[in-house]
Amino acid sequence: MAFLDFRGGSGRVQIVSKRRATCGRHSWSPRVGACVQRTHLVRKRALLGGSNKPRLHVGSGAMEGAMQTESKIRADSRTEPGPRGPGCSLRHFACEQNLLSRPDGSASFLQGDTSVLAGVYGPAEVKISKEIFNKATLEVILRPKTGLPGVAEKSRERLIRNTCEAVVLGALHPRTSITVVLQVVSDAGSLLACCLNAACMALVDAGVPMRALFCGVTCALDSDGTLMLDPTAKQEKPQRAEHCWEALRDDHHRGCPSGVEYCALEAPVGATWWDHEARAVLTFALDSVERKLLMSTTKGLYSDAELQQCLAAAQTASTHVFRFYRESLQRRYSKS
Amino acid sequence: MRETTLTSSTSTLVHTTLPSTYQKETLGGRTEGGRSEGKGRIFSPVIGSTVLSRTVEPLEYYRRFLKENCRPDGRELGEFRTTTVNVGSIGTADGSSLVKLGNTTVICGIKAEFGAPPTDAPDKGYVVPNVDLSPLCSWRFRSGPPGEEAQVASQFIADVIENSQIIQKEDLCISSGKLAWVLYCDLICLNHDGNILDACTFALLAALKNVQLPEVTINEETALAEVNLKKKSYLNIRTHPVATSFAVFDDTLLIVDPTEEEEHLATGTLTVVMDEEGKLCCLHKPGTHFPSVSVLNM
Repeated sequence: MAFLDFRGGSGRVQIVSKRRATCGRHSWSPRVGACVQRTHLVRKRALLGGSNKPRLHVGSGAMEGAMQTESKIRADSRTEPGPRGPGCSLRHFACEQNLLSRPDGSASFLQGDTSVLAGVYGPAEVKISKEIFNKATLEVILRPKTGLPGVAEKSRERLIRNTCEAVVLGALHPRTSITVVLQVVSDAGSLLACCLNAACMALVDAGVPMRALFCGVTCALDSDGTLMLDPTAKQEKPQRAEHCWEALRDDHHRGCPSGVEYCALEAPVGATWWDHEARAVLTFALDSVERKLLMSTTKGLYSDAELQQCLAAAQTASTHVFRFYRESLQRRYSKS
Repeated sequence: MRETTLTSSTSTLVHTTLPSTYQKETLGGRTEGGRSEGKGRIFSPVIGSTVLSRTVEPLEYYRRFLKENCRPDGRELGEFRTTTVNVGSIGTADGSSLVKLGNTTVICGIKAEFGAPPTDAPDKGYVVPNVDLSPLCSWRFRSGPPGEEAQVASQFIADVIENSQIIQKEDLCISSGKLAWVLYCDLICLNHDGNILDACTFALLAALKNVQLPEVTINEETALAEVNLKKKSYLNIRTHPVATSFAVFDDTLLIVDPTEEEEHLATGTLTVVMDEEGKLCCLHKPGTHFPSVSVLNM
């Protein structure tokens, strides 16, 4: 029926058509809180000095007991140490696909405590006003965890949409629409990168033809110039003690004037203002074929040399993310 | 990089001069027509016996010019359009500026009002930018709530203000925890001919330099604010961020200061904001089709 064709050499992934479920089992997924069919749960621990042995779960009813050993990733998940040493590793990430029944494709991506749920509808019917005669119209909707979507969401939607447009083969489906809906479940730093990863996995799950996969990586630079990959919310906070966490309250945009955007992130309880804070936070989207830069957005002040350094670190880190994608998909399609 | 001189007197027309490495363009009452093929470089690309039409095959038309390292409006690939700045023209605003980048026109008006400082930062004021892209500036926009491009531009300007620390928000505080200035910056585009982000950043900077805030004292007995309109002072502008936008053509070619047509035909855009010390405040690259990293090095 359907098959996923991996071209190992060039790393190109071409999804020909979507595999239909053969296993009718349901398994309760406590994290999602819903019945999940044919889920494939891959969990991997990146090294951050953690002593837990990485485990890979295959989450379908029959395979509960199966614990597979891991990860050659463990050995090299640590990227090049920055000027100050460790802290350059990615947090542990997990991905769950096909957990929603209505969208054509869906995925939930977790990075540490940051979690984003993505659903893809498409290729589907498009409004005449939005129709493009020779390719598909891509639309991205990003919903924050709390509150109404604001201007910052719109900005992020545009970044994600442009990234997806660069990889999706829209020319194969002219006059259709592909809608990616992202829901922020929890935000603990590196949100945009997590959104990008979730969007990519959801597009793969939906069977949308793409020329490459993409991933998001966030770097933070602190005042000493130390690089931190995949920063947590605390590490992303701007350097000034007075500047609070970001948030989005567009309905109060005029009524409660705020020059600093405010976001729906709860401050970690007991956080002191003197914690390790970032001078600049850079987010990159990289493609899987040649690690080319698809998108970048930055906050804060940094120099040109630091930019190159962050970019190089992000490219190295993206290797791990793509390896994770590949293993995750291989595992999923090889079982059923 | 552009150099700009701004004066504080009202309604002064100021010329900008470009570095000598690029072709100089001075304003002398010369206006750029919409489709002027000026500067002695009228070149109609011909393939065989048919003339390439700009409307039928715009991309091919552009490619012909790009091969010669120039553009249909006569500019080099690294050349900016004529930039004009006019400050202080709006009498009712506390600070204002009008910027023209070729045909792209953005006007910025800043109004200062009182507001309560945020509870988590009691000694800070606010700067609230808003970019308005009305149907006047381009056929692409409809009236109603701000569309995506306007919101993205507003967010970009807010990020530039935040990242580059143009003004210290503490300077806007009058009384800690009780009263602070709120600067509402309204950027209205009058004519959209590409490169709106550069023009908005420029207009904002010019207007902020033009803002004069009256002195405010808090009366101890009545606890009311007393405004002394006769005594006004300028804002302390700490850095001068300059935005430069590029359009990426065919993944290899970078052209500076794209017009709307070029933005539409390009495979992607890239905006870099730098301050005087050479620090990058913002690298905004919404996404393109596989540009190479070396493009960033340029």
